[in-house]
Amino acid sequence: MKKILLASATTLALAGGAHADAHGPVTLGVSLGFTGPLESLAPPMALGAEMAMAEVTASGQLLGGKAVTSVRGDSTCIDASAAVAVAERLITSDGVDGIVGAMCSGATTAMLTNVAVPNGMVMISPSATSPALSTVEDNGLFFRTAPSDAAQGVVMANIILERGIDTVAVTYTNNDYGLGLANSFQAAFTAAGGTVTLVAAHEDERADYSAEVGALAAAGGDALVVAGYVDSGGSGIIRAALDTGAFDTFVFPDGMVGQALVDNFGAEINGSFGQFPGTDSNGADIYHNLATAAGFDGTSAFSKEAYDAAALIMLAMQAAGSTVPADYAKHVMDVANAPGEPIMPGELGRALELLAAGQDIDYVGASAVELIGAGESGGNYREIEIKDGEIVTARFR
Amino acid sequence: MDILNAIVVLLNFVIIPATAYGAQLALGALGVTLIYGILRFSNFAHGDTMAFGTASTILVTWGLTGIGISIAPLPTALLALPFGILITMVLVLGVDRVVYRFYRRVKAKPIIFVMVSIGVMFVMNALTRFLPGIGVDDIRFADGERFLISVRTFRDLTGLEEGLAIRTTQAITVVVAAICVAALFWFLNRTRTGKSMRAFADNEDLALLSGINPDRVVMVTWLIVAALATTAGTLYGLDKAFKAFTYFQLLLPIFAAAIVGGLGNPIGAIMGGFLIAFSEVSVTYAFRKVVSYLGPEGWQPEGMIQLLSTDYKFAVSFSILLIVLLFRPTGIMKGKSI
Repeated sequence: MKKILLASATTLALAGGAHADAHGPVTLGVSLGFTGPLESLAPPMALGAEMAMAEVTASGQLLGGKAVTSVRGDSTCIDASAAVAVAERLITSDGVDGIVGAMCSGATTAMLTNVAVPNGMVMISPSATSPALSTVEDNGLFFRTAPSDAAQGVVMANIILERGIDTVAVTYTNNDYGLGLANSFQAAFTAAGGTVTLVAAHEDERADYSAEVGALAAAGGDALVVAGYVDSGGSGIIRAALDTGAFDTFVFPDGMVGQALVDNFGAEINGSFGQFPGTDSNGADIYHNLATAAGFDGTSAFSKEAYDAAALIMLAMQAAGSTVPADYAKHVMDVANAPGEPIMPGELGRALELLAAGQDIDYVGASAVELIGAGESGGNYREIEIKDGEIVTARFR
Repeated sequence: MDILNAIVVLLNFVIIPATAYGAQLALGALGVTLIYGILRFSNFAHGDTMAFGTASTILVTWGLTGIGISIAPLPTALLALPFGILITMVLVLGVDRVVYRFYRRVKAKPIIFVMVSIGVMFVMNALTRFLPGIGVDDIRFADGERFLISVRTFRDLTGLEEGLAIRTTQAITVVVAAICVAALFWFLNRTRTGKSMRAFADNEDLALLSGINPDRVVMVTWLIVAALATTAGTLYGLDKAFKAFTYFQLLLPIFAAAIVGGLGNPIGAIMGGFLIAFSEVSVTYAFRKVVSYLGPEGWQPEGMIQLLSTDYKFAVSFSILLIVLLFRPTGIMKGKSI
């Protein structure tokens, strides 16, 4: 029985693949967590990716005028088996030529190692940020337009040192995000000559953080790095630290920067600072306008990155002159990075034309894409500080 | 040697927070212990009764501040507390009539009562989250003056290096808890109803023979428990933060306090509350600063001098609970053994 299933699945895969390669339209899988803990983020991301496909189809420039269609799949966020099943469906029965996704790091890893790599399928994730994905065995098939959390640790270490602070205590929310960020920050900060007095976890959803703050205060430090969530434990830690006078300068990574922060603390945290992904490239503005015209919210987190992920796949196909993943995977880095003509959102048609004419392009896109290392976004960060109870942008880096 | 600074650090991070926390636990444990003593079961729904009571107090607080009533510098919630207690009393009496009365009539075993109370716990937790405006978010409802002494004022006043903060809510917690405990003991020892409750707890059959009305005793017990739970919950919420889920986590330290003190023994519950609070805070506190102030000038110990990482906060009450059950099952004050 198992053999029959396998055989039929393989036949389907071959048939689907052959079908897609011949002349029909190019099909891209959009595999995001449409259900699960981040479900509210998925629709604007999918719409972003599909907007890029519609733009390319409308331009009529891709590989002699191929249309691009989208097939959505729900890879969820926390259910690895659902993610694997949907990836199998996309590749074997829908016969996609590339996948935008997955959304969460766990789902992405599961899809990549179990399905995409064995089937030689290209995946570009717009939002998986786990540092573990930088070193995953991917045969050059996996890219991401989101930066690894490790990148943020380095940026945060630099910001703190540049502000003349060299001893800090760190508290992180007790999950993969918090631990990964705390570890990468500690490594970067110590390597740059700083001292981390204590790295302590805190649990979210508690009412009382005085014990945690007591330990952090005993360790001391000129500032407290709070790698947590502003809607949960992170704010609790800051409240307790302010009340007991343990710290008065805080460093906020992306999970903490939000309106809730100044709503909760206002001028009490003046002089604190932090960073979150953001760019001063006007690609983001162009993208927001395009999204508004298309009827969805382009400012939603990782929507830009999803547009860029889809665009990169199609541009790489054009550069390779083929929709076979093994062929175009090699060209993803080329189209994303300099040298070449910079390409903004809404200019995909022109980019395809340039590529067809054999010229280089440097895809900037909505999120100022620059792929580094094993094919992940280097990350652009907006450094912020709290002045008079408001979040103000200090600079971009 | 710098004894003053050492004392201030210890006060700020250990003694003051543990005292306030201990008072909150003591009030919670009193409720648990009363139910155990008189109704003879461990009420797992107690944490969520506290949550419901706090939530109703919050709703009344919002109503009061909405029409411009406040009692600054004290938090408005104190004014709303009696109304919150009334709402909770209605709820627990309703629950008793709909749920527990049946099991009393069929003389169910205590373990069945415990299971029933777990069911009540889930329903009550859901009910709390369904209340308008409560939901699952963090709610801070402490208004009025935040600090009795803030760190900055203390430093300016004394010129010491270390700061000391006493929050208004911490002081209120201790004062209100003291008043509640005094009132409860007066009621249990001096009034006719209180005495009949104690008689009922000591020997149910004898009490019934001497003409004590069991329904009345049960009702009064629930009323007192509702008042204690609402007060404990509101004080905890004022001092820390309110979230519908977090009160469930208080169940472990509260039960630990009640059992350590001796189940069914009110004085034991209070002692247990403070014992658990002080152990939880001091076992997980890093004494490095205190020791470095006490040691020679300029010297600082290498490690953190912390017995347990703060991750294990809940393990503290659990281990105390285990030790007591193993070596002195009746608790410090000779309560009922379980």
